[in-house]
Amino acid sequence: MTAALDQIAPFHPKSSPDYLPVDQLRQLQLQRLQQIVQHSYDNVPLFRKRMDKRSIAPSDIRTLEDIQLLPFTVKTDLRDEYPLGLLAVPMKDVVRLHASSGTTGKPIVVAYNQQDLGTWAEVMTRTFAACGLHAGDVVQNAYGYGLFTGGLGVHYGIESLGATVVPISGGNTTRQVMLMKDFGTTVICCTPSYFLRIIDKANEMGLDLKDFPIRAGVFGAEPWTDSMRRRIEQLTDIKAFDIYGLSEIIGPGVGCHCSAQEGLHIFEDHFYPEIIDPETCEPLPDGTEGELVLSTLSKQAMPMLRYRTRDITAIYTEECSCGRTIRRIRRIGRRSDDMFIIRGVNVFPSQIETALLNVEGTLPHYQIILTKHNDMDQIEVQVEVTSEHFSDTIGALERLRKKLSAAIAEIIGIRVNLRLVEPHTIQRSEGKAKRVIDKRAEAES
Amino acid sequence: MKIQQLSVFLENKPGQMAGVFDILGSNGVNIITMSTADTEQFGILRIITREWEKAKTVLEEGQFVVNLTPVVAIQVPHKPGGLSSILAIFQKQNINIEYMYAFPCAHTTEAVLIARFEDPDAAIKVVRESENFKALTEEDVFKEKKACEIQS
Repeated sequence: MTAALDQIAPFHPKSSPDYLPVDQLRQLQLQRLQQIVQHSYDNVPLFRKRMDKRSIAPSDIRTLEDIQLLPFTVKTDLRDEYPLGLLAVPMKDVVRLHASSGTTGKPIVVAYNQQDLGTWAEVMTRTFAACGLHAGDVVQNAYGYGLFTGGLGVHYGIESLGATVVPISGGNTTRQVMLMKDFGTTVICCTPSYFLRIIDKANEMGLDLKDFPIRAGVFGAEPWTDSMRRRIEQLTDIKAFDIYGLSEIIGPGVGCHCSAQEGLHIFEDHFYPEIIDPETCEPLPDGTEGELVLSTLSKQAMPMLRYRTRDITAIYTEECSCGRTIRRIRRIGRRSDDMFIIRGVNVFPSQIETALLNVEGTLPHYQIILTKHNDMDQIEVQVEVTSEHFSDTIGALERLRKKLSAAIAEIIGIRVNLRLVEPHTIQRSEGKAKRVIDKRAEAES
Repeated sequence: MKIQQLSVFLENKPGQMAGVFDILGSNGVNIITMSTADTEQFGILRIITREWEKAKTVLEEGQFVVNLTPVVAIQVPHKPGGLSSILAIFQKQNINIEYMYAFPCAHTTEAVLIARFEDPDAAIKVVRESENFKALTEEDVFKEKKACEIQS
């Protein structure tokens, strides 16, 4: 009996909304939706202008389905309104600003008032509770602290849960391993690709994470696959949990795995999910794959109505075995914005990763290089050789190369040039993994 | 009777080979013999050295992928037809050679053939049963070849 109890994390009172009866949850969502639409209409010129243009008034939102009347918000809206055009409260009430790294052009700025920070800490507490964390855990937070929402979002969630936070931030991998050992870290929070880097580093230092007290990892901020999750669990004997979030909505804390590790629960009392067809923008029923659209139901400083995430997923129709009533989305293996098109074929890095992992013994240190040669797109996949699958004969290495390239071709449907490279020649990420290097534009200019 | 060969993975680009020998040289590793195999994209460097354990450690610290491969060292007469006669024996016994390389020894009439077999034990048995050839132990190779080491 004790063994069974050990597997159940102690119930955290903040998790109550996870288990609301569905009709109560829908009632709460409708009430909050009506308030937030009114608030957005009253305070955000862009939202008001767009609703006026469609002759929609806040009072037209009578049911949850009426959300479909509202216009979408997209990432470029946040750029266009840089820095604070979407602010819905006076600046004097804003207590925190965050900004995205902004890979192209201006960054995206997000704002929080005191109530929003409370909401954020609440959803992060519920996230960690769902992943089985509790007071007494030592949580090493290797998400970057600073403008990026990951670091501080996770930080306040751990504190609010009552666990010990080690605010180490990203980078300095040797120190990550040292403190993990010396502080008796039981949980790590970082991107999955950075955790692979930590595993590597520990091995280089002659250490095995299996000998450490670490028992769980809470990973997010980049798409990864189930096979990568199993690989991490196998290499380290920890439970690897997936979390989901985006700065535009709140940061981390939009959704998370639970003990079932099957799909991510969305904290839909705060973030209302819809799935749409990314081409036609038509709403799709639960169970159908499409683009996730989120509306913030309670965020005051910068509410987001029908924000197009570009993440491709589906909402589960079955109830979760964990008992939560809030709905789940399928793990996000791909985002429509890391998709690349090669010779007219849509390819996602996660597909290539799956192929590499399917070939036995290949650690996922890889990079995709896109070039143009005589107007033809070329794709090269570089894979680091490890001593596990290195052989002293050319024949065996060529067979490995062909096997890897055949596995990729089978999944994506096009032939790739597969190049075996020496270990540690592909740049390791201290944050988000740069999987695709697209040099095609360079060649043209 | 098998001896250890170091096999090192190298990308086919300028300076890669120099990197390996820099590390070995500065760590005082002397090379008895070596060979390379190359393709358009990558190559494999194969090294025989007395200090193979140390060489493996320092190369791995230098972030190279290094494996140990058991190979067979065979003493053959250093004269025309010396190699051909041992190969004829292997052919007769249907023993497959993956790859091989050799080095002569100064001041003697012998040479040493280093060969990688699919089945090294079968190869060793055949050599032992032959009249003119001798399978060398690690000690033999390192002792005998002291006079003809290549400076790395």
